[in-house]
Amino acid sequence: MFTTINGLFFILFSLSCLVPMIYVLAVSLSSSTAVTAGEVILWPVNFTWKSYEYILNKGEYWRAMWISVLRVALGTGVSMMLTILMAYPLSKSKSSFKHQPVFAWYLIITMLFSGGLIPSFMMVKYTGLLDTIWALILPGAVSVFNVLLLSNFFRHIPKEIEESAFMDGAGHFKILLKLYLALSMPILATLIVFIAVGHWNAWFDGLIYMNDQTNYPLQSYLQTILVKSNSQVMTQAHAKLLSMVSDRTIKSAQVFIASIPILCVYPFLQKYFISGIMLGSVKE
Amino acid sequence: MKAIKIPRKQLALYIMLIPPVLVLFIYAYLPMLGVVMSFQRFEPSLGFFRSEWVGLENFRRLLYIPDVKGVVLNTLFIASMKIVVETVAAILVAILLNEIVSKVFRRSVQTIIYFPYFLSWVILGGIFRDMMSREGLINVLLGKLGFEPIVFLSKASLFPYLLVITETWQVTGFGTIVFLAAITTIDPTLYEAAVMDGASRFKQIIHITIPSIRTTIILMVTLSLGYILNAGFEQVLMLYSPLVYSTGDVIDTWVYRMGLQQSQYSLASAIGLFRSVVSLILISASYYFARKFSDHRIF
Repeated sequence: MFTTINGLFFILFSLSCLVPMIYVLAVSLSSSTAVTAGEVILWPVNFTWKSYEYILNKGEYWRAMWISVLRVALGTGVSMMLTILMAYPLSKSKSSFKHQPVFAWYLIITMLFSGGLIPSFMMVKYTGLLDTIWALILPGAVSVFNVLLLSNFFRHIPKEIEESAFMDGAGHFKILLKLYLALSMPILATLIVFIAVGHWNAWFDGLIYMNDQTNYPLQSYLQTILVKSNSQVMTQAHAKLLSMVSDRTIKSAQVFIASIPILCVYPFLQKYFISGIMLGSVKE
Repeated sequence: MKAIKIPRKQLALYIMLIPPVLVLFIYAYLPMLGVVMSFQRFEPSLGFFRSEWVGLENFRRLLYIPDVKGVVLNTLFIASMKIVVETVAAILVAILLNEIVSKVFRRSVQTIIYFPYFLSWVILGGIFRDMMSREGLINVLLGKLGFEPIVFLSKASLFPYLLVITETWQVTGFGTIVFLAAITTIDPTLYEAAVMDGASRFKQIIHITIPSIRTTIILMVTLSLGYILNAGFEQVLMLYSPLVYSTGDVIDTWVYRMGLQQSQYSLASAIGLFRSVVSLILISASYYFARKFSDHRIF
């Protein structure tokens, strides 16, 4: 009895998590008349690829997508580099790195105090990053959480490995590159996936740091078209498509395309995030 | 004479730290100085050094702006509801999840319910805006049952609850992870003994599972209290509209509109500073108590 009800509950809960995505897909693949008439529930009605065709021909969507891809690639690279460079010294004990506590506090304090939205914006402005992709990458590049996670992992690498490398004449840079990084592949993969997903999903910084909308990454671009109420989305050139697509079907198609990358990395993500969340269940 | 001497072996460590320390200095430490704006009548053309100092005037002005009180109350109301509902939901679902016997079923359920957590609020906002619109899925279904359509996101009275419901939906699955981990550490012999005594599944949950994960529950609630002035900025920004400002406007969205859209830099920084100070106190207190109650440390 209990088992049945419990099972039913979870089937419903799981469905509730799937339905919104399925609905968006169904709307995006239906004709505008069917959508307006409220015939679409979970299956496309009058199946058509027209919305996707429309988007494929839409230059701004692809430009925004390209900026997002660039952002993920560059942002993940820069973030990983800075995180590794900070985590390695912090993983040393006080006896082998005298100022370790100073730098640890230097990092922690940024989590406790912050200038807030307006001063952060002005700093990005003063450093000349507005309207460049670096405005989306540098300000958040060093995350306290990621650094702590990685340096905790480094700390558990046996000391003897490092000592024997020192005997062979290796310096810290060599030890970090050749030994530590090679030994921490799982945690590095976790961080890469988390940072990449974070960059892909971010949109608010794009909104405030880009004055020129042509510099928006995909999610910021989507935000503006989703929140702005429709009407002028269509151009004359696409007038003949009007019978088949509508503002709603196009929006749905764009939402769906924007979530495809997440759908693709999700299986890999899932492998890692449980350990990630356990190590850092205090994030935020 | 012994000057400041860095052992040669450690020099590399300092060199490594230069890039991250610089980035943090520029984008985390320098903005902290920006709070001086709260005490100035800041003019971007004059900059920090030549803008007029006005002491606490901006804070005094905040007290007289009618919106401010509402904005603070909305923030507290929405955030505290979220803390309660989301924690309870995560605990309940974790307990029920633990009761699933079939490994395959359990795995699949977990995979699916964790998923919404990884979608951005742009995507989720786009979906919810559409689903809750006059012609959206929910109204289509309501229509089939003979109800009048409701434009959900334009109803100020409903808006805070929709925020709570949608966010709970998004984070519950993921939130179970911590509690599930706590449940797996419970000694199985406790359950065996309870079964011998004739305790039902329900009784086992009440008398064994919940008391055993009490520390984790207290810890999670304590930690979340530090964030009571965060009502979910991105979510609110994605879902709200001028129609629901009266109940849905929170400190963060207000700062965004005042500061970046209406260029009221000083006023926005002032309330931002107020928010940071209260948050700092709450976060420090909650971390202190978390440490005290469950010996939990973040570093």
